[in-house]
Amino acid sequence: MSLTVEQVKERNQDLIKEVLEVYPDKTAKRRAKHLGTFEEGKSDCGVKSNVKSIPGVMTIRGCAYAGSKGVVWGPIKDMIHISHGPVGCGQYSWAARRNYYIGTTGVDSFVTMQFTSDFQEKDIVFGGDKKLEKIMDEIQVLFPLNKGITVQSECPIGLIGDDIEAVSKKKSKEYDGKTIVPVRCEGFRGVSQSLGHHIANDTIRDWIFDKGDKHPEFVGTPYDVAIIGDYNIGGDAWASRILLEEMGLRVIAQWSGDGSIAELENSPKAKLNVLHCYRSMNYISRHMEEKFGIPWVEYNFFGPSKIEASLREIASHFDDKIKEGAERVIAKYRKMMDAVIEKYKPRLADKTVMLFVGGLRPRHVIGAYEDLGMNVVGTGYEFGHNDDYQRTTHYVKDGTLIYDDVTGYEFEKFVEKIQPDLVGSGIKEKYVFQKMGVPFRQMHSWDYSGPYHGYDGFAIFARDMDMAINNPVWGLTKAPWKK
Amino acid sequence: MAKLRQIAFYGKGGIGKSTTSQNTLAALADLGQKILIVGCDPKADSTRLILHAKAQDTILSLAAEAGSVEDLELEDVMKIGYKNIKCVESGGPEPGVGCAGRGVITSINFLEEEGAYDGIDYVSYDVLGDVVCGGFAMPIRENKAQEIYIVMSGEMMAMYAANNISKGILKYANSGGVRLGGLVCNERQTDKELELAESLAAKLGTTLIHFVPRDNVVQHAELRRMTVLEYAPDSKQAQEYRDLAQKIHNNAGNGTIPTPITMDELEDMLMEHGIMKPVDESIVGKTAAELAAEAAAA
Repeated sequence: MSLTVEQVKERNQDLIKEVLEVYPDKTAKRRAKHLGTFEEGKSDCGVKSNVKSIPGVMTIRGCAYAGSKGVVWGPIKDMIHISHGPVGCGQYSWAARRNYYIGTTGVDSFVTMQFTSDFQEKDIVFGGDKKLEKIMDEIQVLFPLNKGITVQSECPIGLIGDDIEAVSKKKSKEYDGKTIVPVRCEGFRGVSQSLGHHIANDTIRDWIFDKGDKHPEFVGTPYDVAIIGDYNIGGDAWASRILLEEMGLRVIAQWSGDGSIAELENSPKAKLNVLHCYRSMNYISRHMEEKFGIPWVEYNFFGPSKIEASLREIASHFDDKIKEGAERVIAKYRKMMDAVIEKYKPRLADKTVMLFVGGLRPRHVIGAYEDLGMNVVGTGYEFGHNDDYQRTTHYVKDGTLIYDDVTGYEFEKFVEKIQPDLVGSGIKEKYVFQKMGVPFRQMHSWDYSGPYHGYDGFAIFARDMDMAINNPVWGLTKAPWKK
Repeated sequence: MAKLRQIAFYGKGGIGKSTTSQNTLAALADLGQKILIVGCDPKADSTRLILHAKAQDTILSLAAEAGSVEDLELEDVMKIGYKNIKCVESGGPEPGVGCAGRGVITSINFLEEEGAYDGIDYVSYDVLGDVVCGGFAMPIRENKAQEIYIVMSGEMMAMYAANNISKGILKYANSGGVRLGGLVCNERQTDKELELAESLAAKLGTTLIHFVPRDNVVQHAELRRMTVLEYAPDSKQAQEYRDLAQKIHNNAGNGTIPTPITMDELEDMLMEHGIMKPVDESIVGKTAAELAAEAAAA
């Protein structure tokens, strides 16, 4: 028995009312603005976003340091990223987000290593600038093949006013102009990791682009593109890059998954920036458009429908050779995609999904589910802004439940009442829902699987969703009180 | 042994807190009291008149050398001066770096944990300038100083600072047990200074506990890194500090919860005493040149 759109809307409205009832009045009033039901034809999802989370609720958000170190800078593989401050922030973000890379860790690549200044009381009282200098000296000795350093500020740096810019400039001079980037991404800044993305983008502008052309020997082609906002989680960027290359484009940079500082430096020479994660890298894309006249285009490589549309959209910025290339690529993989859909659609059709993730995924993955005949009935962003919710309108169906910066309680309650066939969110949510008997996939790390981008990724995505939903284990669980 | 009394001296920078406190504490030592001075100023000059030494090994500098404060022993940092007064300096970073406030917190916690207050009659905290952040309010929090003495003068900014410090005390008065012990006016020879100081004390709900007259013997003693009590015990000024010490000694339990006033009220008070003229709104924000031009035009 399936509900009509009107019935769904009514149920969602009742559900929102119900979850708000447990809050104190003031909290209920504030949270009410972040919860809603999408109305077909509206220009956004009707929810407020990018404001401070309410104390006392369990938010799923991160901090500015997470946005800079964890997302934007961390995956740049040949630079060393110092977590500057007490040890915890670096320790708990150690090993990164499965941003795969090619290189020899500890020799010319450093993504999964942890570098921290491990602040002690005396560093707080007397300042940590001298320690930072010493760390940079040690890095030069121990890891001579590093191509640069970033300083990722943790909270105390901003409180005690350490002059990390002066240290960076001084050491850069000492080491023959080595790139050293001080990043003021103290965790208390902003309302979520989103500000950290912006701060990190700005440091690329100020400390990389503004330092001039480091590679005058670079020979461009009319088909040079840069992949922006793909973090290569589980190899996503690789699965995307091959498609662009097959259609005749030359990928001169990957930002920032499996990326290098040389790629960052050469990006202003691209003819087109192709942007996957709009949220975390729209800032630098806009800057490159204004400063270097490079157009940028958003694309979506989740699921064959969106991939096809995106390949054509990207090709439309180039000549017929590339346009033909796009068609050739689409045709080449069509058969493989049909086979994937033929295999999994019967097992997954009409299954319902609720999502709660960050960046671009709350909307971008919807097409991939729909290619498998599934329906996304609820979605929301950890740290989205209104422009994300505007873009979401092109993806969601009328009546979809929308929840911005959802709280632990709300999410549990929504899932409990809607009973979707699958929840896609993060590690903190995973076990809550699995214990409720609801199949779950981590949609940040792909649950240690992936890639999910590109044609190769879709085959893996379909398999993983089937594995989660149709796992026989769900039929074996029985509550002890229900004999 | 009497109950440990914890007092603190606060006041505007340069007002003479350290000089007043050290002379007063020397006088208290003369009365047979066992005293510990805790300097809470990165400049570490709260004990130099007692120790005859310009600077000493501070808690924080030694802790930085040793690795952490846990690596220190009490005897590493405690120095004995005039009449067995025990002295420690918190120390702190050079100006412009780090967090001196955190340093004060670290130091005071260290002293408490190490039992620095055992067998002592008086602990006196000497705290820099204004209460700029939570760290410098540490001595007035719960279970620290019970009585605060604010050193001030008849200058506008000194009174402004005294009022601000009262706000800090008020904040902690209800959660902790801190009280305002009184004002100590360190004479600057401004107009109607005694009258003003008494008036401010009344407004703040406290008393002017002592008016310390200006006397050059204080400078002479300072040049020799000595208190007046030690340098010229028979001088009139030494007697002034003895009087102040006796008053503080008798003031136990007489502290009050201050009633800080607004900036406007403070200005009104100055006007009442004819120190400040009512503000002529037409001259606010105008340079001397502009006013001269206006006068010429009139």
